[in-house]
Amino acid sequence: MSGVGLKLSDVRFAYDDWQVRFDMDVAPGWFVAVIGPSGAGKSTLLNLVAGFEQPSSGSILIDGEDTCTLEPAKRPVTMLFQEHNLFAHLDIHTNVALGISPALKLTAADRDRIAVAFDRVGLSGLEQRRPGELSGGQRQRAAIARALVRDKPLLLLDEPFAALGPALKNDMLDLVAEIHREGHMTVLMVTHEPQDARRAASHTVFLDEGGVVALDQTKTLFARKDLPGLKAYLGA
Amino acid sequence: MNRANIFAFAGGGLSLAVVWVVVTGAFAALVLTAAGGEGPSATLSDPYLWRVVRFTLWQAALSTILSVGLAVPVARAFARRRAFAGRRVLLALFALPLALPALVVVLGVVEVWGRTGWFNGLAEIAGFQPVLNVYGLTGILLAHVFFNLPLATRLLLTHLDRVPAENWRLASQLDMPAGAVWRFIEWPVLKTALPGAASLIFMLCVTSFTVVLTLGGGPRATTIEVAIYQALRFDFDPVRAVTLALLQLALCGVLVMGAGRIVGDMQAQPSLGKKAVRPDLDGWAGDAVVIGLAGLFVLLPLVAIVTSAVRSDLARLAGETALWQAIYTSTWVALSAAALCLTLTAGLLSAVRASHRKRAGKPFFEWNTDAAGSLILVMPPIVLGAGWFVLLRGVGDIFTLAPLVVVVVNALMALPFVLRVLGPAVAQANLDHGRLCASLGLAGWNRLRLVDWPVLQRPLALSLAFAMALSIGDLGVIALFGSEDFTTLPFLLYQRFGTYRIDDAAGLALILTVYCLGLIALADRVRSERRKVTG
Repeated sequence: MSGVGLKLSDVRFAYDDWQVRFDMDVAPGWFVAVIGPSGAGKSTLLNLVAGFEQPSSGSILIDGEDTCTLEPAKRPVTMLFQEHNLFAHLDIHTNVALGISPALKLTAADRDRIAVAFDRVGLSGLEQRRPGELSGGQRQRAAIARALVRDKPLLLLDEPFAALGPALKNDMLDLVAEIHREGHMTVLMVTHEPQDARRAASHTVFLDEGGVVALDQTKTLFARKDLPGLKAYLGA
Repeated sequence: MNRANIFAFAGGGLSLAVVWVVVTGAFAALVLTAAGGEGPSATLSDPYLWRVVRFTLWQAALSTILSVGLAVPVARAFARRRAFAGRRVLLALFALPLALPALVVVLGVVEVWGRTGWFNGLAEIAGFQPVLNVYGLTGILLAHVFFNLPLATRLLLTHLDRVPAENWRLASQLDMPAGAVWRFIEWPVLKTALPGAASLIFMLCVTSFTVVLTLGGGPRATTIEVAIYQALRFDFDPVRAVTLALLQLALCGVLVMGAGRIVGDMQAQPSLGKKAVRPDLDGWAGDAVVIGLAGLFVLLPLVAIVTSAVRSDLARLAGETALWQAIYTSTWVALSAAALCLTLTAGLLSAVRASHRKRAGKPFFEWNTDAAGSLILVMPPIVLGAGWFVLLRGVGDIFTLAPLVVVVVNALMALPFVLRVLGPAVAQANLDHGRLCASLGLAGWNRLRLVDWPVLQRPLALSLAFAMALSIGDLGVIALFGSEDFTTLPFLLYQRFGTYRIDDAAGLALILTVYCLGLIALADRVRSERRKVTG
């Protein structure tokens, strides 16, 4: 498996007098950075794909299937939020295990997978800690471990590393990029920093004025001179 | 729609149905009786009725003016003196009167201001005739001010505390004298807080039952609520009770709507507690006198309750089966009422939460839950009780059904408060965890067990204790429905008080107080899992 394709066709969403309309086609295996000014609908895009918001019309195809009527948990999607990715009152092993079974019924094989995931994100030995006893970076690593055990082909990142310092953030980006390179996931990542996109994303989509302005290879997109909105956004 | 949502909506629907049936049942019973009998028109022209209405408003207005008016200098003095020893204890003490059962407060007031009380005792020693008669308007006002002066003080103080430190620095820079500080800083802040505080207190005094029942009650000092009680319990005049209840309902409705408009921003925010040097703090004597007098006014009745309870023969009281019977009855009534109240709340809130997730039906449940809460605030318990009294009169023996009615009415009484404690907690928990739970497929029992229960333990414990304390301290419906076979602690206390067995009453008051405050203190020890840390 090499991740799944994601296709949004004429997806409309309105909240009060604010509205957006998305048309976008992401091929399997892409790592797409989502950039754009605040209010452009970056988080809304992810919330629509994850199923936390319902579009008023249009279709969202994941791997060719329309997912609009599915509950969030039934979609082949994992989403990492900016915060509250973990239950603060449960240790991180339990937090990760919830990604396999909401009733916490684990087989021996499940436990092995969890151990592998913890090892993968560099948290081995800290499984019994609670989120409050970890640093911000470690907490997001635990959340990534859960994404790993969930093993959904579409990973959505809603600025989960925005609160981390530059060095830590780069570590996290590299970890996600590494996981992405293993080829199981298509990734959509909201970010405010162009260098994040350059560092990790194969493609970048620029949102502005209620819709998708351009989706291109990251290098190509940032080099484009024909998008006034992008120029204004980057301030260059 | 998945199964968890169906359960949530079903629970919400059921809770709403219970609330509406109980409230509209009482209301319908009142209206039908009023229409069926010789009609309320005869009663409406009864001068007694209008005397009662006039007195209700008059005592409430006086109580409000006294409470709020006196609270202004007290709050100002507290705001000016931020560091004296005992300030925190004193302010904590000021939170106490509202938490005490009204009957206990009445007892304290009588001990201090009554005919043989401390105040008149002092007056006699000084060579005066006993000057104060606590039964009548004077006593009602004293008790109401005892309740509401501390409340108003705390409300106003939170506003004064919110004055930004920069304002005080500016005042220092400009070398403002106390007069200017009052005019430009303190008064503008108080002015915005006064209408809210005053309307809240006015409302509390209009619906005050126990105080008026025990200290007033004669033809010259009766409020609508007490008149309803008398009409049902003594005069067997349901038509008059109904007319009064409808009047009370209209009055409360108007007041709540009016107050809702003003009280909008009354929610006290925590102050930053930043210290700033004020330029106007010369002459501490005035503040000391104000704080001292207010402190004594609040403290003395509390002390009186304790000392007279100690003097009373607690040992003999403990030997009475009546006491244990009453404690037993109070306990199971309170437990049932609190359980019912929490069940209703859980139904309502889970439906609100589920509708947030689904978007569908969101206005319906949210609107209705808010409406249910406000409706009960408008519908005084005694009116609810009166409605069901009239309704059940035709069905069978009222007194065999009494426990059920008392439990249900007590549960509904607590509902608005419990909603106010649990509602925001649930909303916050959902904000923190809602999306995560949805994406992990955590729902129903698993969500309850793994997420909701650990996070909501504390607000749940507080709600339970609060609902129980409210029920245990209540002398409203039980005054209407109580009997030899169905006696709660406050009802027993009221009987002893009514027959002037003040020693017994004092002992019972202490037991009641310890029980209520103990519940709340116990619940306060329950700690929820930390929710502050974000993952």
